Amino acid sequence: MIALARDVWNHRFGILAFALVFLIALPVDALSIKEVTSPKGIKGWLIQDKTVPLFTMNFAFRGGTALDPKGKEGLADFVSNLLDEGAGTLKAQAFQAKLENNSIGMHFSASADYFSGSVKALLEYRGLAADLLRMALTKPRFNAEPVARIRSQHLSSLRRRVERPGYTARRAWKLAVFKDHPYGRNLDGTEASFKAIKVSDLRKFVIKRFARDNLVVAAVGDIDKKTFGRLMDRVFADLPARADTRALPEAKISGAGKVIVIQRDIPQSVAFFGHRGIKRKHPDYYAATIVNHVLGGGLTSRLATEIREKRGLAYSVHSRLVTMERAGLITGRVATANARVAESLALIRKQWAGIAKNGITAQELKDTKSYLTGSFFTRLNSTGRIAGVLVSIQLQDIGIDYLERRNRLINEVTLPRVRRVARQLFKPEELTISLVGRPKGVKPRP
Amino acid sequence: MGVLAGFTSAAALVSVARAAVFNPKTFTLANGLTVVVIVNHRMPVVRQVLFYRVGSADDPPGKSGTAHYLEHLMFKGTHTTKPNEFSKIVARNGGRDNAFTSPDATGYYQTVAKDRLELVMRMEADRMANLVVDPKEAVPELKVVLEERRSRTDNRPSAQLDEQMASTLFLNYPYRVPVIGWKHEVENLTLADAMTFYRKYYAPNNAILVVTGDVTMDEVRPLAEKYYGPIPRGPKITRRANAAEPPHRAARRVTLRSKHVREPRWTRDYLAPSRGQGQMQRASALEVLDVILGSGATSRLYRALVIEKKLALSVGSVYDADMLGPTVFGIYARPNQGVTLEVLESIIEAEIASLLAHGVTDAEVKAAKKMLMAGAIFARDSLRRGAGAIGMALTSGQTIADVENWPESINKVTPEQILEAVQDVFRIESSVTGLLLPLDKAVAKTSKDGVAAKKRAKSGRSSHSGKGR
Repeated sequence: MIALARDVWNHRFGILAFALVFLIALPVDALSIKEVTSPKGIKGWLIQDKTVPLFTMNFAFRGGTALDPKGKEGLADFVSNLLDEGAGTLKAQAFQAKLENNSIGMHFSASADYFSGSVKALLEYRGLAADLLRMALTKPRFNAEPVARIRSQHLSSLRRRVERPGYTARRAWKLAVFKDHPYGRNLDGTEASFKAIKVSDLRKFVIKRFARDNLVVAAVGDIDKKTFGRLMDRVFADLPARADTRALPEAKISGAGKVIVIQRDIPQSVAFFGHRGIKRKHPDYYAATIVNHVLGGGLTSRLATEIREKRGLAYSVHSRLVTMERAGLITGRVATANARVAESLALIRKQWAGIAKNGITAQELKDTKSYLTGSFFTRLNSTGRIAGVLVSIQLQDIGIDYLERRNRLINEVTLPRVRRVARQLFKPEELTISLVGRPKGVKPRP
Repeated sequence: MGVLAGFTSAAALVSVARAAVFNPKTFTLANGLTVVVIVNHRMPVVRQVLFYRVGSADDPPGKSGTAHYLEHLMFKGTHTTKPNEFSKIVARNGGRDNAFTSPDATGYYQTVAKDRLELVMRMEADRMANLVVDPKEAVPELKVVLEERRSRTDNRPSAQLDEQMASTLFLNYPYRVPVIGWKHEVENLTLADAMTFYRKYYAPNNAILVVTGDVTMDEVRPLAEKYYGPIPRGPKITRRANAAEPPHRAARRVTLRSKHVREPRWTRDYLAPSRGQGQMQRASALEVLDVILGSGATSRLYRALVIEKKLALSVGSVYDADMLGPTVFGIYARPNQGVTLEVLESIIEAEIASLLAHGVTDAEVKAAKKMLMAGAIFARDSLRRGAGAIGMALTSGQTIADVENWPESINKVTPEQILEAVQDVFRIESSVTGLLLPLDKAVAKTSKDGVAAKKRAKSGRSSHSGKGR
């Protein structure tokens, strides 16, 4: 009965014009970025936003975990977890209480290339948030209690990471690909490297690495330029003018064609795969982004269609472009039951070869352009997300007008260019593959 | 197609920021569909979420995983769309989409540019009424679900323990069955199982449409009437009328030892009342308690166990009041090296005993309330959290009025209410304690345990549920 009624409904609205592709309007007004220079010369980007009475500020210092001294891997990570554990006159618990009692969110993190942080507060607490952040960045205490506590937490989290097959697979892959380049080191740290880090190392890190010349700042909130300038001074003006960092060498990508199998008694094998790619400022970046999206971006990609939809070989499979300061990569991940994982890997190689040989279709190009131009802006749906994007635009040095130019850069990519880039970039025979599990029919290859 | 909110143990749950501050506008279509709009004009972007008042706890006996399998199949086409075309159309229009299954709800969502709202409303309404799945599509999708289960659970000892704990704590209520289903039952699910479920539960009177973003009720209402309005009302659903827990009379204890575990974990889940059971004020008292006891670096447990006694690396509590049936108040901790789970447990129990004897202070209650209220303002910052909070409340038996009353209810919480709630909830006979342990440590520790662990390892069993104390 119900099914019948539904069929009747269907005839009324059955013919739906699904193939429409609209031009996606660019929300330039909502994203009008002001470049602010503070009275003391700190530069930052601001978007005034009155949606919610909040103030969100993100920032980053160039130079990340890859600069950790040899034998002291994990140093940047360690610092990132200690800055809010006591600073200035406030000991660890007092500092945390100031944050929690006033609902101030403060976070620090370290990636291979950058040391980043953010602070988020109700508008009325922005001044206090700024003071606490200044103390964290310029006067962290590193008292014995929090140092010992955070060290133990780090060691535990390292051991838990190793429990995860995906982490182990990725670690082995990076080692094979980057070898002795700093990117290949265990930048999360090891038991030994963590134990080797002394309080003097933590202090040195803060003095050398947090400076005004390697800093980028962005804020979103209901404040004007003047207020933002004063807040930036309140936080960052005390920092030294210049950072004492060294440049990383360009990474050489090794391990082409290598297959690593790490035996572990689990029902599903997890594979990490990939090879060399291109960096962010390479002229082919947008074409490569399009090709990769067709191959392995999201649930509608060729990899997802062949491996997930048609054969049920995996819950998730993807590939992506990874752009680091000193390396470009194309990487991916899949997890398939031990008995069938070889089939997944064969399909990945086949799709890799297919896109290299034949490129993508005109329809795929069109669909991918409309996805990439539209979805980017739908992601910018919180002050934190927006501030984060403004920081990464500055780190990548792609211009304050990037948000306005981005869609044009994508729409300009032509089919011949996409095909050339697909051919040059995607090399199935160069894939380095690292598996953890009991994969059937997969042989290690040196 | 598979963000999956499990009803697992304390460690896996995240508290949902609350809702009244969202100022939702609402109306109901003639066919029973509840429509809620939350305005946020920051960006010309909207998010549509369609919640069905049905989840994994409604899976038919012996067919666990049905709700979740159907969620996957909802992307496999209608009379007018081909398999997987739904997501392709959304992507082609610059949008993103996905879905989730929880114990009480199944939800489908898309985030799109404002001018694509009509498109996604039309398509979401279409698959509410016109799902057609080719059996050739259903078979590989079941394999996808089994791979999902392997990724989430079978490859992860901690998730296996969570699963064992939930099915041990709940004696009768269907929350004892995992959202994704038991493997042996999922393997035997059929397309017919999913379609029977679909026809029974997927109807406008059993759904809530939430639209958030740069849109007003004046814009949403005509579109809802146009696309969802013509869908006929389905049968009236009485949700789990007879599902309830019998009296809990024995404490339970579950130990999972695995060679893949390097870091032990201790978890205690107490059976606790929910808003869906109508325990509004008690739920609010427990939310305030959750903040005082185990949220953040200045909470009671963190101060006592991590900072002062240095026995734990981490400790916290978790409580999700927005459930239709009985819920869980959980406490979890990871021991510092060299500390046994038994020692950890005894200190946590001492903290609980002190709580039972002395309750909490006025100052603690005041600070916790302030934190919860600020959290509600932060939640307004994104489109996701507003829709989520409203949806989870309405699919767990609450009304918009209940949602709007939340700040008032929190404000009314007193130390006395918290003490009563503590005495009601923290009873060992209505709890399960879960121990996650590495294999070798167990062998080394005491000979008796060691022999048992070895035997289990040899027989391939990685877990057992023990007796109550």
